[in-house]
Amino acid sequence: MLLVLPVELVLIEGKSKNMERARRVLEMKGITKQYFGNTVLNNVSIDLYPGEIHALVGENGAGKSTLMNILFGMPVIHSTGGFSGEVLIDGEKVELMSPAEAMQAGIGMVHQEFMLLPGFTITENIKLNREPTTKNALSRLFRSKSLDYLDVPTMRKDARAALDRLDLAIDEWAPVAGLPVGYMQFIEIAREIDKKEVRILVFDEPTAVLTETEADRLLESLRRLAADGIAILFITHRLDEVMAVANRITVLRDGETVARLNRDEAVVERIAELMVGRKVEKVELPPRAKEPSDEDIALTIDNLVVDMPGEMVRGLSLSVRRGEILGIGGLAGHGKLGIANGIMGLYPASGRVSKNGENIPLNSPEEALSRGLAFVSEDRRGVGLLLNEPIDRNIGVTAMQVQHKFLKSWPHFLPALRLEDRAELRAYAEDMIRKLDIRCLGPNQPVRSLSGGNQQKVCIAKALALEPEILFVSEPTRGIDVGAKRLVLDLLVRLNRDHNVTIIMTSSELGELRKVCDRVAIVYRGRLAGILPPDASDAEFGLMMAGRVGKEAV
Amino acid sequence: MTDKLKQTVEHIGIPRLMIAGFLAVIFVTAYITGMSVPQLLSDSLVRVGMNGILVLAMVPTISCGVGLNFGLPLGVLCGLVGGLISMERGFVGFPGFFAAIAFAVPLAVVVGYLYSVLLESVKGQEMMVGTYVGFSSVAVMCIFWLMAPFRNPELIWAIGGKGLRSTLTLGNYYGKVLNNFAVFEIFGIKISGGLIGFFLLFCLLVYLFFRTKLGIAMLTAGANPVFAKSAGIDVRRMKSVGIIASTVLAAIGIIVYAQSYGFLQLYMAPLMMAFPAIAAILIGGASLQRATILNVIIGTVLFQTLLTTALPVTSRVIQGDISEVARLIISNGMILYALTRSTGGK
Amino acid sequence: MIQSPEQKKVESGRDVSLDMRHIVRTNGVPILFLALSITMAAVAGLSPAFLMNEVITRFARNSLLVLSLLIPVTAGMGLNFSIVIGAMSAQAAAIAVTLWGIKGVSGFLTACLLATPLAAITGCLAGLVLNRAKGREMITSMILGFFANGIYQLIFLFLVGSVIPFNSKSMLLPQGVGVRNTVDLINIAQSLDKIWRPVISGVRIPVVTVLVSLGMCVVITFLLRTKIGQDLRAVGQDMNIAEVMGIKVDKTRIIAMILSTVIAAWGQLVFLQNIGTLNTYNSHEQVGMFSIAALLVGGASTRRATIFQALIGVILFHTLFVVSPLAGQKLFGVPQIGEYFRVFVAYGIIAVALAIHAWQDRQMRKEAIREAVLTE
Repeated sequence: MLLVLPVELVLIEGKSKNMERARRVLEMKGITKQYFGNTVLNNVSIDLYPGEIHALVGENGAGKSTLMNILFGMPVIHSTGGFSGEVLIDGEKVELMSPAEAMQAGIGMVHQEFMLLPGFTITENIKLNREPTTKNALSRLFRSKSLDYLDVPTMRKDARAALDRLDLAIDEWAPVAGLPVGYMQFIEIAREIDKKEVRILVFDEPTAVLTETEADRLLESLRRLAADGIAILFITHRLDEVMAVANRITVLRDGETVARLNRDEAVVERIAELMVGRKVEKVELPPRAKEPSDEDIALTIDNLVVDMPGEMVRGLSLSVRRGEILGIGGLAGHGKLGIANGIMGLYPASGRVSKNGENIPLNSPEEALSRGLAFVSEDRRGVGLLLNEPIDRNIGVTAMQVQHKFLKSWPHFLPALRLEDRAELRAYAEDMIRKLDIRCLGPNQPVRSLSGGNQQKVCIAKALALEPEILFVSEPTRGIDVGAKRLVLDLLVRLNRDHNVTIIMTSSELGELRKVCDRVAIVYRGRLAGILPPDASDAEFGLMMAGRVGKEAV
Repeated sequence: MTDKLKQTVEHIGIPRLMIAGFLAVIFVTAYITGMSVPQLLSDSLVRVGMNGILVLAMVPTISCGVGLNFGLPLGVLCGLVGGLISMERGFVGFPGFFAAIAFAVPLAVVVGYLYSVLLESVKGQEMMVGTYVGFSSVAVMCIFWLMAPFRNPELIWAIGGKGLRSTLTLGNYYGKVLNNFAVFEIFGIKISGGLIGFFLLFCLLVYLFFRTKLGIAMLTAGANPVFAKSAGIDVRRMKSVGIIASTVLAAIGIIVYAQSYGFLQLYMAPLMMAFPAIAAILIGGASLQRATILNVIIGTVLFQTLLTTALPVTSRVIQGDISEVARLIISNGMILYALTRSTGGK
Repeated sequence: MIQSPEQKKVESGRDVSLDMRHIVRTNGVPILFLALSITMAAVAGLSPAFLMNEVITRFARNSLLVLSLLIPVTAGMGLNFSIVIGAMSAQAAAIAVTLWGIKGVSGFLTACLLATPLAAITGCLAGLVLNRAKGREMITSMILGFFANGIYQLIFLFLVGSVIPFNSKSMLLPQGVGVRNTVDLINIAQSLDKIWRPVISGVRIPVVTVLVSLGMCVVITFLLRTKIGQDLRAVGQDMNIAEVMGIKVDKTRIIAMILSTVIAAWGQLVFLQNIGTLNTYNSHEQVGMFSIAALLVGGASTRRATIFQALIGVILFHTLFVVSPLAGQKLFGVPQIGEYFRVFVAYGIIAVALAIHAWQDRQMRKEAIREAVLTE
């Protein structure tokens, strides 16, 4: 979906040849930021010219939002030790200590989630907390601006002007509640451009909630605003849109700038590759007695639809070989996370999933669990763990509820009232702690106080207590340090080889998928784009993630 | 050194330390003014046994994630109906007491279930809705007491008036059956084995319940509903069970309370029943999310001892009955502390 | 050009509002209570003049208290059960002017002057507490009311006369400590009502008192049209958005509590001057609940309450209050049935309103999620 560039953009493009002389409106130089010893941004630089659309692309966790938090002087940055590097506006060094200061410096933000009050009219929302007022007797008496009347005619006039700049012929006094989502986005923009001082406008994934036509309209407005001389920083991971409007593109990965491209040297595949690509250190995985093959299918997924907000699956079909480690990759938002969550009954799902030919009823975690499926969730702290409970309770409770493990045998006719077998559970937990090398004070320690890596091991131990035939693991290494990452991946390989557990591993890190998986399935827009062998080239993966290849079997 | 002290203080909790300190002052004052300390302790123990099960009723709702059960009067009303039916039928002594429980429990199960259906649909506002459902059901039952078809002349107004009396004497029926059972004395402190034993028995039962598969499922649902769902636990059902358990305990609790008090109080009496129970468990160290049997026992002992001893002791020093005011300030202060302490409701 | 598909809907929405069915649906609660009141009044067989007299009197003395609830609702803090704190401030002031023997309107005004800072300070404290309990303001404000009641009793039952010097023996309990259970407010009794109280076709109208209430309506309307009013409404709709947009949320909420508490204090003074005696330890207890019930009977909800709903609510609720015991007497021969019925109405309407509030909240959240998914 490459659009023809409008004339004015081409003109700016021409100007950009001698950009060195043009005055940069914003420069962020050598930005480095650490959170609790974790480097999330490393020497990142980005700059903006007036009238330019600069796209900032990167996977979730690449550091885009941290960079924006720095730009807006969010308290979270300063309360965690600040950052190093400098921010220049119009060539002058600034220290933005709060969002208010950023706003004064001329930086505006169109939020990803709408900052609109449904009960207010469009005008009231556009002028929110910037209302023009007129004095009255009481406000003069108390000398309080708070008691001034709202100057409604001026408010309406300003709002009308902002809407007109966006070519939006909507009644400025209509309530926001009930407007289509696309309009809300425009009202957000109108609010920003109504601020007279705004020269830099940041769009944070503005099309994430829009339909395709709405998105096109939005891109049109972006161009229009750029033509007015506003510098636009456009954050997205929809690469088609980047190609359609951006003058320059900066790619972030793991907190580092991996590339800065001019529009004419950028191609979608290359960007996709840059976003996810990692040098693959090829490790020799232990061999198996019998290699998995299509002859022996463990799990068949047929036309799966999962209603998981942000990660919709829209009719995915896939066969999983018995004994393999199948990787599922794809860009954020394309539904790779929805697959395991849907099959395990955590989000509404439809379609057909069968294990060994036996149908697994959907929308019921209990059914899935009792049929030998287990799941290590990507949301470790939210879904995966009982943070205030000890390690043994965390490990045992699912197996206890689903399979009546770790319970005394009496009363056998009423399992609900059987007492917990503390000794058995404790012994099992100690065994797991030893086998998985969970670093802790003992099975009684609450999991909240464990490190990320050890928490993840507890999650895996919880799944193992179910003795699953098929194990879903989502984002197994997210948010844990490098050493622990390797341990967790090794553990998964060991489970697969020694205990013959079929593993379906979902991850945003293509590198780790290619390291341990037998095959890697790529999901694009909620459907299977194709399956690649782990040693396929970066370009092949890049193409497939950008939706440029049809479905292929490997 | 100071760190360790700080930790210990934090572990025990400032409110508990304050109340314990206050209690110490009261007992020292009692001793100095020449009051019988064993007598005070005996009275306190009676109050503990009398109120304990009502406090215990808070545990299931907190554990299953519904929070404090402000709708306690619902269970109390079921208990009152059970107690009345037992009297109407003319049961006497222990049979009367157990008959009251037997009549009350099935009713409480039904009411608790309906209440849980209501609370499920008002998620997030359980405490406020619970309070006012409790209040309005007390008002409805006032009308019921006026029109109820009871015939026993000892229950209804003797002359003129219509409906049940507002205070029914249990003396001839099952008044003080537990209190007078297995009474013994240690160091001059009179202890009613029946009353305290009954309370501890229920504590044990609830403790054991939370060690069973069902109990653990309920705790899990309360601690993290999403985790519970992913573990195949029906969170909604667990909440239902928790609310029903709480309602049943409240029904039994009020029967124990009434037999100890010697009277069955109808009409507006049950209105504020939830608040002292809530205050007690919070004083015991429970939060809106977590409560243990130990919280129940510590809280009931501290709170009830304070209320029992405050009146006779302070009346030697100050004129007037300060215990009612102390109850208001301490119980509501405690609830306020719990409401504002835990993270804002996001 | 992008056309708005919504414009038509908005216009047709206006048409629908003229529809009878729509009126009934959106005003179901007040209509129901109107019907109930009329039926009961008919059953009780009251003379219209008697009823009118009762209702006007009650309207004059209660409406300010009900109006004090509006601002916290606008600020999204729900029904402010802690207006009892304002009532207590007023009672402290009433006791003081009685002690000092300031008579008539000047006594009433002195009481107002004295109650205002007291209510402002306690209201500020209440606001600070509620800011620590965001999302459960109502239950917290209710408990706060109970707690404040304890403090109030501690002061007036034990500290006055012992720690706090008090030189009027006649107002103290026999033992010399604590204020008597009832204080005759002889100085300010009816001071406002009797300024001008014409009788029109058998109905006595305390014109000045009614005017005070109406004046407060004007003040509230004025406030809501100012910058602070806009901030209150913005905070009321979504605290997070308001915060992001630079509105000082916590401060705005404290202002809402101060205003509410101060208006409630004045309301309680109006109430007391009409009654003429102060039940030191009871007069304030039910203030919060009855005012809230009245507001809800008028068709308000925990999220939206208008001046009109407040005034209608006072009239309907108090009509019911007057007629239900008599109707109970007539129907069942037991006046208590009617009395308990009105207690039930007061509690029940609050329970129902809260339940609807919570239920709608959930529906809204569900719909929001649904919408987000559909637009994917």
